[in-house]
Amino acid sequence: MSSPPSSTQQTPSNAVEADGLTRRYGDRVALDRVSFALKAGQTLAVLGPNGAGKTTLLKVLATLLRPHEGDVRVLGSALPAEAWKVRGQVGYLGHEPALYRSLSARENLLFAARLHGVGETRVNELLEAVGLTRRAADRVEEFSRGMRQRIAAARAVLHDPALLLLDEPLSALDVRAVELLDPLIGRGSGRTRVLVTHDIERGRAEADQVLAIRGGRMVALEEAFA
Amino acid sequence: MIRTAAILFRKDVLVEVRTLQSLSAMALFSVTAFVLFHFGLQRDTIDGSLAAGVLWVTLLLATVLAVTRLFVAEREQGGFETLLLAPIDRTAVFLGKAASLFAFLILVELVALPAFDILLLRGTILDGMPELLAVLLLADVGLAAVGALVAALGAETDARELVVPLLLMPLLVPVVIAAAKASAPLLSDPAHAEHLGRWLLMLTFYDLAFVLVSLGVFDYLLED
Repeated sequence: MSSPPSSTQQTPSNAVEADGLTRRYGDRVALDRVSFALKAGQTLAVLGPNGAGKTTLLKVLATLLRPHEGDVRVLGSALPAEAWKVRGQVGYLGHEPALYRSLSARENLLFAARLHGVGETRVNELLEAVGLTRRAADRVEEFSRGMRQRIAAARAVLHDPALLLLDEPLSALDVRAVELLDPLIGRGSGRTRVLVTHDIERGRAEADQVLAIRGGRMVALEEAFA
Repeated sequence: MIRTAAILFRKDVLVEVRTLQSLSAMALFSVTAFVLFHFGLQRDTIDGSLAAGVLWVTLLLATVLAVTRLFVAEREQGGFETLLLAPIDRTAVFLGKAASLFAFLILVELVALPAFDILLLRGTILDGMPELLAVLLLADVGLAAVGALVAALGAETDARELVVPLLLMPLLVPVVIAAAKASAPLLSDPAHAEHLGRWLLMLTFYDLAFVLVSLGVFDYLLED
């Protein structure tokens, strides 16, 4: 792998730009001067062992956590100052499905749809797309982990986000479900994506660029097919 | 903002109707407390400031139960991220949560007041009911506003069962004192309820102050 660049090239076509991104939890440095740029329409796979800072990176880009140092721009907006502009333009799929268990699949999607000002037709389309139309009225607590993940994936793209932030999105899914979700969150979606994964093979296959981090520090940034 | 608050309120009510976790805990606690007071005080009836104290301390502690659970669905089921990533005015989250808590308090009072009347007043609560309703509504607004604010503060902490009461109870002292002072004459001799207007005015000011403060700071509470 090539050495990480010291700074990113700032261009208007970059969907995400991070230059010296640092984030701490108390005294512990979770991300240490991470720099990269991701062009619109491309996928960045973030690889690394547990505790490397992958999820923290994703949460910073999602505006859920503030960067403590460095310049970060997401979809042209600087974080954290313009975080409000970014919200609503990103789709976030965490490693936990994060659904209201006592609500049905449809109710979960309708709740998110209403918050984003999206109509019920889109909810129905996505239920169909993830193969859960027949189970739409069932409570999420009755679903398997994989079915929950499918609903969470549908919710992540409900508002047709310009940037998808995916944290181990396929970890609970069988082969059929992975194929089902490809047009929504996979390479087939054509979306700009930041994909956190432990699976090096899949990460390389799915991505245009690969960012490897360990202990919060960048160890490599390279073209996936170089 | 109101539309978003209504979406949140509707979701909270739906979750509560399905689980009944907060309402059942609050109602059961209130009725149990009145039973304990009934036997503990060893009196057939109570009135005046003692009755008001029993009523408001019970409602305060029932409120603590609800506030501790107000963001549980978001925290334990991860809906927080859905809220934080939505393009909404976060003040709407405060309004939605405060409205939910207000509705829960009203519903619990529909159970708690008859139990209070039967166990400790022997059927005299209706004498001062119109005025008592005004006190309850104004106090509930204060409890809901402060409760939603403190619930948000405690939502992301691991020790929220400890943090919420420690923050909530001191902040609610004024509303409980005002509500108890206003209720005391209504629970003894409603025809001679002097100074009621003063306490209702104090409750109104308290409500306004905390609703405005909450609207001003709530956005920052949800920031990282």
